[in-house]
Amino acid sequence: MNRFDVAIIGGGLAGCSAAFHLSKRGASVALLERGRCGAQASGVNFGGVRRQGRHPAELGIAQRSHALWKDLARLIGTDGEFRTTGHLKLARSPDEMADLEAYRETARTFDLELELLDTKSLRARYPYLGQAAQGGSFCPGDGQANPRIVAPAFSRAARALGATVLENTEVVHGRRDDGDFRLELASGQNIRARRLLNMAGAWGARIAAWFGDIVQEGVMAPNMCVTEPLPQFIGPALGVCGGDVYIRQVPQGSVIFGAGYGLADRDRVFARPLADVTAAGARLAVSIIPRLADALLVRTWTGIEGTMPDGIPVMGPSPSTEGLFHAFGFTGHGFQLGPAAGAVMAELALDGETPTEIGALAFTRFNRSSTATRTGC
Amino acid sequence: MVEARIVIIGAGPAGMKAALSLVEAGHRPVVIDEAQRSGGQVYRRPSPAAERSPRALYGFEAARAQRLHQGFDAIADFIDYYPETLIWNAEGRTLDLLYNGQNQRIAWSHLILATGAMDRIIPVSGWTLPGAYTLGAAQIALKAQAVGIGQSVVFFGTGPLLYLVAYQYAKAGITVKAVLDVSAFRQSVVALPQLLTGGRTFAKGLFFLAWLRARRIPVLRGITPVEIVAGTDQAVAGITIRTAGGKLRHFDCSGVGFGYGLRSETQIADLLELEFAFEHNHRQWLPVSDDNGRASTCGVYLAGDGAGILGADAAELTGRRAALVLRFDLGETELAAEIDTLSARLNAMRPFRHALDHVAFAFPERLARNVPDDVIICRCEGLRAANIRQMARDTEEIDLNRIKAFTRLGMGRCQGRVCVAAATAVLAGAATDMSSTGRYRCQAPVKPVPLRAFLGGCDEQV
Amino acid sequence: MTSAGQFHRIPVSERREITCRVDGKPISVFEGDTVLTAVLTFRRDLREFEFSSDLRSGFCLMGACQDCWVRKSNGERIRACSTLVADGQEIVTQHGGKTDG
Repeated sequence: MNRFDVAIIGGGLAGCSAAFHLSKRGASVALLERGRCGAQASGVNFGGVRRQGRHPAELGIAQRSHALWKDLARLIGTDGEFRTTGHLKLARSPDEMADLEAYRETARTFDLELELLDTKSLRARYPYLGQAAQGGSFCPGDGQANPRIVAPAFSRAARALGATVLENTEVVHGRRDDGDFRLELASGQNIRARRLLNMAGAWGARIAAWFGDIVQEGVMAPNMCVTEPLPQFIGPALGVCGGDVYIRQVPQGSVIFGAGYGLADRDRVFARPLADVTAAGARLAVSIIPRLADALLVRTWTGIEGTMPDGIPVMGPSPSTEGLFHAFGFTGHGFQLGPAAGAVMAELALDGETPTEIGALAFTRFNRSSTATRTGC
Repeated sequence: MVEARIVIIGAGPAGMKAALSLVEAGHRPVVIDEAQRSGGQVYRRPSPAAERSPRALYGFEAARAQRLHQGFDAIADFIDYYPETLIWNAEGRTLDLLYNGQNQRIAWSHLILATGAMDRIIPVSGWTLPGAYTLGAAQIALKAQAVGIGQSVVFFGTGPLLYLVAYQYAKAGITVKAVLDVSAFRQSVVALPQLLTGGRTFAKGLFFLAWLRARRIPVLRGITPVEIVAGTDQAVAGITIRTAGGKLRHFDCSGVGFGYGLRSETQIADLLELEFAFEHNHRQWLPVSDDNGRASTCGVYLAGDGAGILGADAAELTGRRAALVLRFDLGETELAAEIDTLSARLNAMRPFRHALDHVAFAFPERLARNVPDDVIICRCEGLRAANIRQMARDTEEIDLNRIKAFTRLGMGRCQGRVCVAAATAVLAGAATDMSSTGRYRCQAPVKPVPLRAFLGGCDEQV
Repeated sequence: MTSAGQFHRIPVSERREITCRVDGKPISVFEGDTVLTAVLTFRRDLREFEFSSDLRSGFCLMGACQDCWVRKSNGERIRACSTLVADGQEIVTQHGGKTDG
């Protein structure tokens, strides 16, 4: 059978989640992934599952995703190693502390409660932190998970519900005629679908352009590093104002930190970490946690992620083509959003609407001068 | 930016010989090696404080080792030699080094990769116990440290090293309880015509065997290792095997050394983004080269056991050839004849090596594919064969990198060096071609680097 | 030399004796010994495995398997098989806690 209710291009976390949610509602689904599910940004990211610090435009969907993360084991048969460790965002100057205070007010309007910590209480609670950290904002409900296993688990759960998951399947072109989407595969075969979800990550804008939806999408490869296993000592996932370094300790004991960007080649589908970036990242990580100086770096990695000019993803209907919906360009913070992004896209495909507030993520924002701005902190 | 240099990675027989062959033409290569002293594993030198006679260290190979060491020592003023230096990353035409505890970078114009090899391992119950070592480790302990890996030892596995190490131990006065070879005697018979072409090497092998037998050291062929047994101190107390006839036998000992041939170290080649191919002969993915050792990237040359196992004598030849081909590419076209001669000599060595590694001492495929469920495969992460098989079933995957992502296989400090050969066999299972599990990708750092190394900033040049 | 160790010395020519400490306990070893040799001529294990009560004592001795990392008393990491022991050196083999959270 080559005709589906919905075709999804892109087997990242959001695409796999969409396939799962659509299948759960009984729709016939084809998930088309050029490589392997969760092999790019969804599988190789830091693994932070946080709402704190997000752009207000994302907070609605982040809250919805949070509920899904807590329910992951029931939904897809694995908890994805999701742990509610809390997320601690650190300020390294009085200005940054003021930013954290201001953000707390914003978060409150989305029912997200944050606890501010002054220098003294920060030191008391997290004695391993270095002098660089002067204060912090703690979000107790946030946490972390294992990105390597979540997207593949969603794709397996979708398949178990009847979804057709086609990996190593590249879509070379798509068009809409006679009310149907016709997708031409690299193999020469064709797939037809009534609705099309473009969830192709860093390649999303290229697919959008087939239908006349034009946006400039950038590309980046977050440079990730991991140490040997250490006795547990960190607790929450750590971030900083400005976002230039982020650190967490996984249940197995290794400490993962990310900072800066590696080499990303979208055309070759190739990414690699860079030594200079790794070195600078190590310096930043040690400035936050001095005792890491004596830990061994054992591995570095990266993957390709799409970035939008205003730093927040596109999510919503195509301005040009009926039945086409976009969700891409998560700009390095899509992991937490992934489960709900899939749920929302499933609703858009089947109902044409979603109860989740995503208006500020609409594609149409690029058809006029952009008013959205990056998160201040 | 500092001038790009000719860089040789590794100071074993291949790297040393390459250096000599460059210096004779007036080049000044940079030689980078992890060890404290040159020689590689085979001609490893003890620290000066523990120096011993070449005869005591290298036995039959003393003259060869001495010639190589003296040659290399004589060019000390004509090369830039960086011992105890780890190349932790390769990026474009630069190398990132851990030198003197600090992160450094060097640019290369030409690169000779002579990265060597390590033992190929098939895990067996108890192989992570204190007192269980690779055959290579057993030899290094004796050669470089003048210690045995135990007071009484058993060696098992297969390959020429098995008999050599047993001979060296017994000769040093350490009790060798048994030499246990998984290869059957008939395999050697089948390989005999080709083995005879090995001349000196083959004769040595026969000598070791006769020597061991004359001293009534049990040498058993066609065995299957069952378990390395722990004592009350949680360390090796013995080994249980199944004989060719199917009977269980136990040998008490305080140390075991084992291995199943060697495996090329290709991590730097991978980071250089060289082209690889699965070499069925060598049972691993190796960087591809032309007939004269040129890699797929212009200016990169392959030499020694890092490019496929051919042994120490061949390593000297490929080391010299890499240097000559490099010089040829720089314009010394008159070297063509010597290069051809070297390549011909190397080709003449292949049938012997093939008979040795793939017939007489063939890798015991079945043993590797059928490692019991409760045996640890990945010793860094403590992952057992059952964990890998279960994940492969649950996810319908046999791709090494995917299984790595799902289970942490090969994610520990060794980055898959020790476990990949066995994990490949376990994943391939009963029927599948070994290459179908894909190539395990190397990610920097090549070996662990303390974060402290990055705190001083990065100099451009060592 | 005591026989309680994993490694067994073979008779060689005179070498200079030096002293180091392993987890606080002084031991007498030879110049030119690696940290691994120094420890294992007195003990059978080098360190405790992170994820269980298993013991480890190195494996490849050529800096490949990375199974023999220990510490100096200042916290600095050293690979026991490729680091020569120094006179007066303090070696710490205990890693100070399990990693399972």
